[in-house]
Amino acid sequence: MRFLLDDEQREFARSLDAMLTASDTPAVVRAWAAGNHGPGRGLWARLAQAGVFALAIPEAYEGVGPLPVELAVAFTELGRHAVPGPVVETVAAGVLLGGVGGAAAKEWLPRLASGAASATLRMDGYGPYALDADAVDAVFTVTGDELRLAPGPGALSVSCDPARRLWRPGPGGELLASGPRVARAAGRAARWAAFATAAQALGTGEALLRATVAYVKQRTQFGTAIGSFQAVKHRLSDTLIGLEFARPLLYGAALALAGEAPDAGAEVAAAKVTAGEAGYAAARAALQLHGAVGYTQELDLSLWLRKARPLRDAWGTPGACRARVLADGPAVSAARPPVSEDFAQ
Amino acid sequence: MDLSYTAEEEAFRAEARQWLRANVPAEPLPSLETAEGFAAHREWEARLYADRWSVVSWPAEYGGRGVDIFRWLAFEEEYYAAGGPGRVSQNGISLLAPTLFDHATDEQRARVLPSMASGEVIWAQAWSEPESGSDLASLRSRAVRTDGGWLLSGQKTWSSRAAFADRAFGIFRTDSEAAKPHHGLTYLMFDLSAPGVSVRPIGRLDGKPAFAELFLDGVFVPDEDIIGEPGQGWRIAMSTTGNERGLTLRSPGRFLAVADRLAGLWRTHGDPSDTALRDRVADAVIGARAYQLFTCANASRFAAGADIGAESSLNKVFWSEYDIALHESALDLLGPDAELAESEWAEGYVFSLAGPIYAGTNEIQRDIIAERLLGLPKGRR
Repeated sequence: MRFLLDDEQREFARSLDAMLTASDTPAVVRAWAAGNHGPGRGLWARLAQAGVFALAIPEAYEGVGPLPVELAVAFTELGRHAVPGPVVETVAAGVLLGGVGGAAAKEWLPRLASGAASATLRMDGYGPYALDADAVDAVFTVTGDELRLAPGPGALSVSCDPARRLWRPGPGGELLASGPRVARAAGRAARWAAFATAAQALGTGEALLRATVAYVKQRTQFGTAIGSFQAVKHRLSDTLIGLEFARPLLYGAALALAGEAPDAGAEVAAAKVTAGEAGYAAARAALQLHGAVGYTQELDLSLWLRKARPLRDAWGTPGACRARVLADGPAVSAARPPVSEDFAQ
Repeated sequence: MDLSYTAEEEAFRAEARQWLRANVPAEPLPSLETAEGFAAHREWEARLYADRWSVVSWPAEYGGRGVDIFRWLAFEEEYYAAGGPGRVSQNGISLLAPTLFDHATDEQRARVLPSMASGEVIWAQAWSEPESGSDLASLRSRAVRTDGGWLLSGQKTWSSRAAFADRAFGIFRTDSEAAKPHHGLTYLMFDLSAPGVSVRPIGRLDGKPAFAELFLDGVFVPDEDIIGEPGQGWRIAMSTTGNERGLTLRSPGRFLAVADRLAGLWRTHGDPSDTALRDRVADAVIGARAYQLFTCANASRFAAGADIGAESSLNKVFWSEYDIALHESALDLLGPDAELAESEWAEGYVFSLAGPIYAGTNEIQRDIIAERLLGLPKGRR
């Protein structure tokens, strides 16, 4: 057992962090929210060059995957820097097409892996919307056991997080594949989507915590830094505890995905609900401890604050994840006597 | 990244499982916070010791098997999955023993550890005083030099297990002139049956005498029972509490087993339409897994040579609050039967309520997290 990232994985995180820090991601997010995808596309190309979009795509399709540990590392960094766009959806579309195989896989996967194309998708069970459909090269839909390429998007809805632009694909579009293999591939794609979203939520929470710790150290009231007050300290301690206990679940899920473990769905669900709730709790703490200035869109903090809630819910709501854990989790041991006897005394 | 156990580790696990299956009492023992239960748990410790399962991580010369942290984790998982009784020797094994390994003489180790491992001597802790709880360094109980040793006087309280235990360990003020409160303290061991010791058991919330007050009046402690140098007690004790909160006080196996029982209770007693309770049961299952994996990460860091320092405060807050939530969910599942005291769930619930208070209150732990892990400035408590 060695449940730690290795040097190469740490270096991968460091290099992504450095690249994203230099990319002024807040400006990219603001442009994206205004419908200007130019800076986002530039960032996409740099992420692709770093190999991010090849991690879930097998070598047969010019990817390097599946490498779920590296994917968790990468998506934690994407979350930390509030990278906009259908990053999770592009990964999930790759997993979906890889599972289906055939002409669609050959056509799309090498391009998704290299960053030449981006994609989004909508699947039964995860809401009616596709994210950022106006910014991608393909919108895939899975309805029942049919995989389709949706026709180009119409008018997008405005979201509470303007950087997450939603579109509701209608029925129809070109039928790419159908049958049980589509349903199987869709299940696998949903697990990877939930997994990548969990990593993004964790990174979002880390960034919110870091920003808030910095703020409460320099903000003074009553003649002293507010970070010296216990009410402030304890809220931030709880935020850290939430994030630090989500992280091992994320990497436990990564190993379950890597080994195609039978309970991978439950492991991913556990990571998703825990990271999603921890990221959202970090957002609540960050908003509260920044006070009124945190409630403004002008402060860059808002870019992370607005993301935490949708990430908590996307690709597996907390309720759905908890139900999955109980349904698919480890079998209950028969070592103990029946409960009624325990309590008969 | 790797979560797997080696073939040798799995063989060790299998050996433990086989022994536990053959030896764990079929019926739960009476509560260890009663005289009858204490005696039964002491006998169980002797049985564990006889086959060298009581302190698997200790060197063989003291009754252990010298296994590393990963085998210890595997043993703990097997122990609680098999329904193994609570460990009445816990205070000695997880608090005093690490201190002895780090700070005691060979003579002290040879004298103290085997009888601790066998349950022949059960140890109580003597930290808190009536006026010194979270602010432990302000303690006033004194040890004064005398021929061949020291004389203790003062009062200790909230001494877990002291109602029935044989000996105790703690820190005492030996230099009242020291520049700072946490200087001039000395770590020592003493007999609870020695002349001058009065033990007044304290009933915990449900009335069971889980802890006690100790009144000390000229209690003689020979030099051989001083651990480390006089005046170094605070530093030595802090290395113990670091350990207590860190990897060894509450093993993941314990929570995995209870969460497993809770999930079973949900399947037999749960109302599928009660999704609010279902979510809490799921959170208990998830929390046990999170704690297990968090510990695997820390054990991996530890095995790679890192110190587990203030990070142990994350651990302590997590498990203590988790334990309560888990038991509350079980009580909700039991409905009207939840009120009955004579069940493992009720016993576990009452025990869990103390978790956020002992071993450093969670308020103190959150201060430590904020100051040492997040770098926030010290302030008035």
